[in-house]
Amino acid sequence: MTIIELVPLLGVIGLFVLPKGSTTLVKQFAIGVSIVDLILSIIMALRFDRSVSAMQFVESRNWISSFGIKYAVGIDGIALVLILMTTVLVPIVLLAGWNESENGRWSPRVYYALILVLETMMVGVFAATDVFLFYVIFEAMLIPVYFLIGGYGRGERAQAAMKFLLYSLLGGLLMLAAVIGTYVIATNQIGATFDVTALSGLHIDSATENMLFLGFFIAFAIKAPLWPLHTWLPTAAKSATPATSVLLLGVLDKVGTYGMIRFCITLFPHAAHTFTPAIIVLSLISILYGAFLAIGQKDINGLIAFTSISHFGFITLGIFAMTSQGLTGASLYMVNHGFSTAALFLVAGWMASRRGSTKIEDFGGLQRVTPVMAWAFFIAGMSALALPGLSSFVSEFLVLVGTFTRYPLAAIIGTTGIVLAALYVLLTVQRSLHGPTTSGNESLSDLNLREKIAIAPVIAILVFFGFFPKPITDVLNPASHQVMTRAGVEDPQPKAGK
Amino acid sequence: MLTAPQISYSLLAPILIVLGGALLGVLVEAVMKKGSRAAIQTAIAIGTLVLSFAYLIRIHGQSSKTAAVDSVAIDGVGIFIQGTILVLSLIAVLYIADTDNFTAQASAVPGSEEERAAVVAGKQQTEVFPLTLFAVSGMLLFPIATDLITLFVALEVLSLPLYLMAGLSRRRRLLSQEAALKYFLLGAFSSAFFLFGAAFLYGYSGSITLDGIATAISANSANDVFLLIGIVFLSVGLLFKIGAVPFHSWTPDVYQGAPTPITGFMAACTKIAAMGATLRIFYVAFGQAEWQWKPIILTIAILTMVVGGIAAIAQRDVKRMLAFSSIAHAGFLLAAVLALNTDGLKGALFYLATYGFTTLGAFGIITLVRDSSGEVTDLNRWVGLGKKSPLVASIFTLFLLSFAGIPLTSGFIAKFSLFTGAYESGNTVVVVVGVLTSAITAFFYLRVVVMLFFTDPKSDSVSVVIPSIMTRAAIAICAIVTIVLGVAPSLLLNTAQTFATFIR
Repeated sequence: MTIIELVPLLGVIGLFVLPKGSTTLVKQFAIGVSIVDLILSIIMALRFDRSVSAMQFVESRNWISSFGIKYAVGIDGIALVLILMTTVLVPIVLLAGWNESENGRWSPRVYYALILVLETMMVGVFAATDVFLFYVIFEAMLIPVYFLIGGYGRGERAQAAMKFLLYSLLGGLLMLAAVIGTYVIATNQIGATFDVTALSGLHIDSATENMLFLGFFIAFAIKAPLWPLHTWLPTAAKSATPATSVLLLGVLDKVGTYGMIRFCITLFPHAAHTFTPAIIVLSLISILYGAFLAIGQKDINGLIAFTSISHFGFITLGIFAMTSQGLTGASLYMVNHGFSTAALFLVAGWMASRRGSTKIEDFGGLQRVTPVMAWAFFIAGMSALALPGLSSFVSEFLVLVGTFTRYPLAAIIGTTGIVLAALYVLLTVQRSLHGPTTSGNESLSDLNLREKIAIAPVIAILVFFGFFPKPITDVLNPASHQVMTRAGVEDPQPKAGK
Repeated sequence: MLTAPQISYSLLAPILIVLGGALLGVLVEAVMKKGSRAAIQTAIAIGTLVLSFAYLIRIHGQSSKTAAVDSVAIDGVGIFIQGTILVLSLIAVLYIADTDNFTAQASAVPGSEEERAAVVAGKQQTEVFPLTLFAVSGMLLFPIATDLITLFVALEVLSLPLYLMAGLSRRRRLLSQEAALKYFLLGAFSSAFFLFGAAFLYGYSGSITLDGIATAISANSANDVFLLIGIVFLSVGLLFKIGAVPFHSWTPDVYQGAPTPITGFMAACTKIAAMGATLRIFYVAFGQAEWQWKPIILTIAILTMVVGGIAAIAQRDVKRMLAFSSIAHAGFLLAAVLALNTDGLKGALFYLATYGFTTLGAFGIITLVRDSSGEVTDLNRWVGLGKKSPLVASIFTLFLLSFAGIPLTSGFIAKFSLFTGAYESGNTVVVVVGVLTSAITAFFYLRVVVMLFFTDPKSDSVSVVIPSIMTRAAIAICAIVTIVLGVAPSLLLNTAQTFATFIR
């Protein structure tokens, strides 16, 4: 486990040892490092025992002994798939954004170093089983993203980076207060520890538990982002490079929803019950609000950002439906959303860099000029609207089924989100891919080999798991059951109709 | 029959060594040729501080209440704070050794013939070194003093040299002298308040020792009004030195006007010494009367955090900004006073050490950023520094991130341990206000990062001078400590834990 974390970090050191002036070498080296990491994580996934619901590949070392803080990592099914998603996406975005680093404030070397540092942290954050370690990575992760947006982005990049960082810091600091609170309670009851399993056995009085839950939840809701804490996301997505956007929305924001599962629900189950109705309402608002705003978007990156807000609404809905189907669905949704956003952002990024514009109306008639690119965008779009046969359908279905067994009305309202999704995706596809070729688009070039290699695995994954999601759900199910048991919830029995 | 008081010289040796070094410095200033003075003074100052620190290590672990009759206490907290002050002053001396920051002849009127003549003649006076050592000796005594008279004497011994040192700047001398005068006048006022409070406490308890006051409080036989007045006025004197709201108004002016190495020295060491004394007084003497003073200190802590944090946003001068940020940090530290438990004490000790290193490092960077007429502290002219001198800008960013309490820097662990102590004692309000203020402070620290890295340099922007070896070493030490204590803080945390005891 630690090895997977360390490989990118060693890569960073390697990057700075490389001779100067050889940008291509830097790029190849960085991609090589990320592929090594991918292979290592696949090996780990193959050795993962699906029948065990406890944490696997556990490692634990003392870090700050006077607070009982440990460097403790371990993974269950949910963490495993998210780590795999991370290690798959990093080489892809590095390959896809081959030239992105050249318009930055600093050299490409810094860009690749930042991304590899980020990879270390992303893997670490999903693997951490020590609350303090999680928190440290959760906050420290902001810094590389801040510099990636601010240094290599477009337009108002400095402001966007600042907004992103301040929002996240505010949430993070509230979480810090809650972490301290949890720690103090733990010290009084079971001794100084930050171990997540040990902490889940605490007895906390309900007022305190509610406050602590909110401390964690607000931080995660900002990250996820849940309405009304989402406003940083569209600005960040518009300003970041496609690669950064993919990592930001595809992986980093998942830390928010992952945190809800790992910490909010398991540490504070009673408070989670108390707040469930409110959170479900917020999720539904996010689903609809994100969808409506997506329909009205003129900027393609803004569109993807708002669709993501809608999708994160589904994920939180699935998590707080408190059923194991909902939870498995939500976890699967995280992975699928990661890949479909990746596809959307990457293709949109190529379109934008060819056309020199991010306005949807500027892309008319791409189907005729650049068929491969248009098809890639089309499939990514279909995945975003959860077309059966693509993997996001499975997860959306599971989320809605899981929700329906407990909150039928919420599931029904959520379903309208799918209809709206069809609207915003199809409208965009129609405006940008079909119809008459907008003037200025006639001579655009289609995807080159490098770009095809980058996008192919993403689309393959979307299609493959659309037809055959069993490998992932098998890994996820024991973990979901485990979380639900910790939270003290049982799945409602299906009611037979008369 | 008169018996001579028992004095344990070995336990007092760290202070005596520094005083001896200071006297030696005065002698050197009087008899040595001007050409060789600076080098000799630097060597004496460094040697003295190292020797004193070495001696401190020798006596660590010992504790005594009667080292100088009943006037000082040698205990864990005292030794930890003394050690921190010595190490940080050593770093400050490395900056001060760059005498280019100081006026050639402090007694000359700014802009006068006399001043010009002194510059032309190369009469670089080096009285700053003995002054520093005198101030350090006061700082070493202040946190271990256990009676009100010794406390007052120590307070004056540490303050008087600082008033002078604030006026020594070579450039912008009028501003520097104004700072010195302001600091002196307000400082004199606060000393008077301190004495007034001491008098009332004596009237209340019939004793000038902290133990005596504590006994009187537990006996609860005397008039509480005297106690309250005493606590309030004594606190005014202490809070002035810490720079807590509403006794903070001198801080930005003095920080801005004083020569930057001196500002760093004041910001780090004075604050630590004053905080050490405050902790001792409140934990040892007033601990039993917590219901009397907690609401006041709570209000002041919250005000200090909020005012410091918000006022810093509006600053355009980097030294003033750091001044307000130091006010906000003083507010965080007051949370440890409120905590009144070992974890709070441990947190405060750790916080003081990390804060000292980060502060000295940040001010060290400021001494490097200059144009033709000296240091440039206007933030608008710092824009684009990241492009011109990436290393300097990155290190400054590191210090700012540590101030802001971002994980993997020492500032984060410090905040965590401090707030843990406060939370344990049930002061949730302070913790919540503290984290919210941290978000505010993060805003203005990050704004500077934006200026450094994300804005293109302007034509009138500044350059970074090549620092002397000593300055370079000092900044490097601060930067390394900031990272190491952020990643592997165990050693210092455990040390702070072992030392976090007062002898009562």
